[in-house]
Amino acid sequence: MTRTILKGMLLASSILGTAGIAHAQDVTLTIESWRNDDLSIWQEKIIPAFEAKNPGIKVVFSPTAPTEYNAALNAKLDAGSAGDLITCRPFDASLELFNKGHLASLNDLSGMENFSDVAKSAWTTDDGATTFCVPMASVIHGFIYNKDAFDQLGIAVPATEAEFFAALDKIKADGNFIPMAMGTKDLWEAATMGYQNIGPTYWKGEEGRAALIKGEQKLTDEPWVEPYRVLAKWKDYLGDGFEAQTYPDSQNLFTLGRAAIYPAGSWEIGLFNSQAQFKMGAFPPPVKNAGDTCYISDHNDIGVGLNAKSANADAAKKFLTFVASPDFADIYANSLPGFFSLNSTAVKMADPLAQEFVSWREKCKPTIRSTYQILSRGTPNLENETWTASANVINGTQTPEEAAKKLQEGLDSWYKPAN
Amino acid sequence: MSKARTSPIRSSLVHLALIAYTLVALFPVFLTIINSFKSRNAIFRNPLQVPTPATFDLVGYQTVLGQGDFALYFQNSLIVTVVSIAAVLLFGAMAAFALSEYRFRGNTMMGLYLAIGIMIPIRLGTVAILQGMVAAGLVNTLTALILVYTAQGLPLAIFILSEFMRTVSDDLKNAGRIDGLSEYAIFFRLVLPLVRPAMATVAVFTMIPIWNDLWFPLILAPGEATKTVTLGSQIFIGQFVTNWNAVLAALSLAILPVLVLYVIFSRQLIRGITSGAVK
Amino acid sequence: MSQAELQSIARAEPIRRQIRWHILVFLLPALVIYSAVMVLPLIETLRLSLFNVVDGQPAFVGLANFKVLFGDARWASDFWNALKNNFIFFVIHMLVQNPIGVALAALLSIPKLRFVGFYRTAIFLPTLLSFVIVGFIWKLILSPIWGVAPWMMDLVGMKSLFAPWLGRPGSALIAVSLISVWQYVGIPMMLIYAALLSIPDEVIEAAECDGVTGWSQFFKIKLPLILPAIGIISILTFVGNFNAFDLVYTVQGALAGPDGSTDILGTLLYRTFFGFQLQLGDRSMGATIATVMFLIILAGVSLYLFVIQRRMRRYQF
Repeated sequence: MTRTILKGMLLASSILGTAGIAHAQDVTLTIESWRNDDLSIWQEKIIPAFEAKNPGIKVVFSPTAPTEYNAALNAKLDAGSAGDLITCRPFDASLELFNKGHLASLNDLSGMENFSDVAKSAWTTDDGATTFCVPMASVIHGFIYNKDAFDQLGIAVPATEAEFFAALDKIKADGNFIPMAMGTKDLWEAATMGYQNIGPTYWKGEEGRAALIKGEQKLTDEPWVEPYRVLAKWKDYLGDGFEAQTYPDSQNLFTLGRAAIYPAGSWEIGLFNSQAQFKMGAFPPPVKNAGDTCYISDHNDIGVGLNAKSANADAAKKFLTFVASPDFADIYANSLPGFFSLNSTAVKMADPLAQEFVSWREKCKPTIRSTYQILSRGTPNLENETWTASANVINGTQTPEEAAKKLQEGLDSWYKPAN
Repeated sequence: MSKARTSPIRSSLVHLALIAYTLVALFPVFLTIINSFKSRNAIFRNPLQVPTPATFDLVGYQTVLGQGDFALYFQNSLIVTVVSIAAVLLFGAMAAFALSEYRFRGNTMMGLYLAIGIMIPIRLGTVAILQGMVAAGLVNTLTALILVYTAQGLPLAIFILSEFMRTVSDDLKNAGRIDGLSEYAIFFRLVLPLVRPAMATVAVFTMIPIWNDLWFPLILAPGEATKTVTLGSQIFIGQFVTNWNAVLAALSLAILPVLVLYVIFSRQLIRGITSGAVK
Repeated sequence: MSQAELQSIARAEPIRRQIRWHILVFLLPALVIYSAVMVLPLIETLRLSLFNVVDGQPAFVGLANFKVLFGDARWASDFWNALKNNFIFFVIHMLVQNPIGVALAALLSIPKLRFVGFYRTAIFLPTLLSFVIVGFIWKLILSPIWGVAPWMMDLVGMKSLFAPWLGRPGSALIAVSLISVWQYVGIPMMLIYAALLSIPDEVIEAAECDGVTGWSQFFKIKLPLILPAIGIISILTFVGNFNAFDLVYTVQGALAGPDGSTDILGTLLYRTFFGFQLQLGDRSMGATIATVMFLIILAGVSLYLFVIQRRMRRYQF
């Protein structure tokens, strides 16, 4: 009854409303996304490419700030006012949307055959039966460095942990550069650029991740605590007051040439190219001993799905088929260097830094971020706890062992491995 | 006024104290504005320096003005803010008058009921509000925002105004009644002019959260045609988070309109106070 | 509920005189908009605190959610941490913001003072700024990297005292509270200023004839007269602080770091209700926290309305 009163009163007041009646001839598709950084690329390159081939369909890219995206999207989906196309976060967040019936199954979408099972894994149900988003891109972790600084100080690109810290010591002793640009203020930098960046080397990538999900390994086991011990050593090489240094601070420190090494995600490449005035290079996370297998985080990061309640499902599917095409992969990967296409058709990338990152796929074993699949379904949320824990370890307010113990206790409180 | 209180030493001490606090209040704003006119390197090398010919750079403003339709965003914000404030003031003052003037059964309960709104953030009702707006076809209209902001502003307006209305002399109102004025005339002609300072205060308080709100524009009216300035600049900041020229320029531009609005209401406030009607 | 009340208003004192329609007319517009757009949706949300998802179906669970909030070690420690921080946040506002606000208003209301308009606008300016701006500027100023705060402390020879305050668990909450004080000091200032100006000249003149001037005039004559306004700002500060969210969110992020040291009820609620990053929104537990917040604020406001406001002497001019 309250609902009816509410509706009645709102209806009465809608006389004031200026709700336009959509023009019948053109279909307009709205894309929900958190990638507001990419607004101009969508507007200038991707959407025109689609519209040129599909007259009668207009596409609007409507981004929300990343921090509000999930909350705003969920509210809009629940109320039925969300856009036709939904940009998908990987794994559990999107799976939940599918389970609630907000995302449609895309199993029979033409173009899905262009993706391998691994590419689709981030947007597929646990039983592998249904895929609900078209994979768009993955991002790779590693370190970007200031080549000019390295040359000036005569530092070779480090391949092992010992070489890595030796290089940092040398930069620190020289004093002209902050050895490493990273802060702990925004928390996620410490977890994503720190723990998830170097971690796979210690827990052996997929092997460790699978063991953790099966319950055969614990976060308190050596392979999971050791990366924290290494991270704790980073503290001495960060800039003064790194505890209050934000993510944009770190980016600016590096691109203004004040820091020598930047623990990175490949998505930085585009921005760094436009802002840095010096030559840059990249190296993968250093291994423990020379000759060890290297592991990289090659994380499925972004996909796009169909709002199950979309009124323009047919037009939206046309757009999704376009997203699944090699044409799209080419435009996307080259306009946004550092977002690597998940399409099975190889994309030729022009950017040297992006080529460097992607070349690691051949020599290193790729894995995804350890906290993203299955392990962040409950409360407390393992990913969010990892942010706080990683920052605490680098700040020195928690020992690696304490941090690991707290994470494992949180996980144990709700997660029971399947077997 | 007596002469004893205007000794020069005393008044210069007062000015000193006020100037000191004014500096505290303005310094961050000043910092934003000077840096918005500097090149990126200069912002970081010498954040405290005023722009010199060598460091002067308008690139931030060029980036901002080249992006999005800020004039339209500004117009949307203005419409939403002004209409909501007008509704809050009129309806709020009427309700406050009813509560403070008349004794009727349930008066206190009604006061409490109307005060509930200042105790829970309206943001919590988001999903139900959005569902209602979808049902009424008001999504992506400014009307949706106006309704929400009016509802959001009313409790505080009623709370503050009824407090001030209690200080209006009963004799005055009773005199009016004896003269045969209707209750409406008493409210509009006698009471409203007397509480003008309070109305201006409420207007300013109501304006701030409306102008600066990010959440409801994001949820209820994210369309290009209904975007508000705050939402527009937030998206902008997200897009250029490391381009501090552009961010500082956008922030400087966002300060201006709200300052103008404030000055308008503040005039009203002074006029209300100095009209002498109070005394 | 609102309709029942309206009827009772209309029926009030039916014998003595006819229905006083004007009361209804005065109340109706506010009541309708407020009830439809604010109260009903909020009730809809608070109702969720008694429900939760059991075996995939929403089910009535009584007070079980509250039991989890206070009984489960993790939920309880998060909640008490947020409540404690929120209380500190409030105390700092009461001890710093409101006295400064009253003092500024007292200075501004000195008769024949020049540049009052300028001072008032300047001091009120931070209140007009959006959180986006305030958060950005203060992070920049307090940043150890760009050096505004260290440089200024160097000027007064205290550079060694500088620390990355926003990044340290011990100081972050105080720093954020003071930023909030900086932003909001204009509100108590304006309200007190309006109250001071509405004190009739005759009262002041009478005091001066009796030789009560300066400080003693302020404390003996003006302060008692503006007590109701001080009451309002105290309760507004209380309500505002226990609903606060945006500033912590823009300065310290939704996880209110470092290590939850700036987490207040508003941020805890936002994270729980809407979710954050990989954490999915939990409407039921969010609504539970919202209900508890509502009860805390209701208790404070009731205390004010029924105890303090009733005892306060009001003067009509």
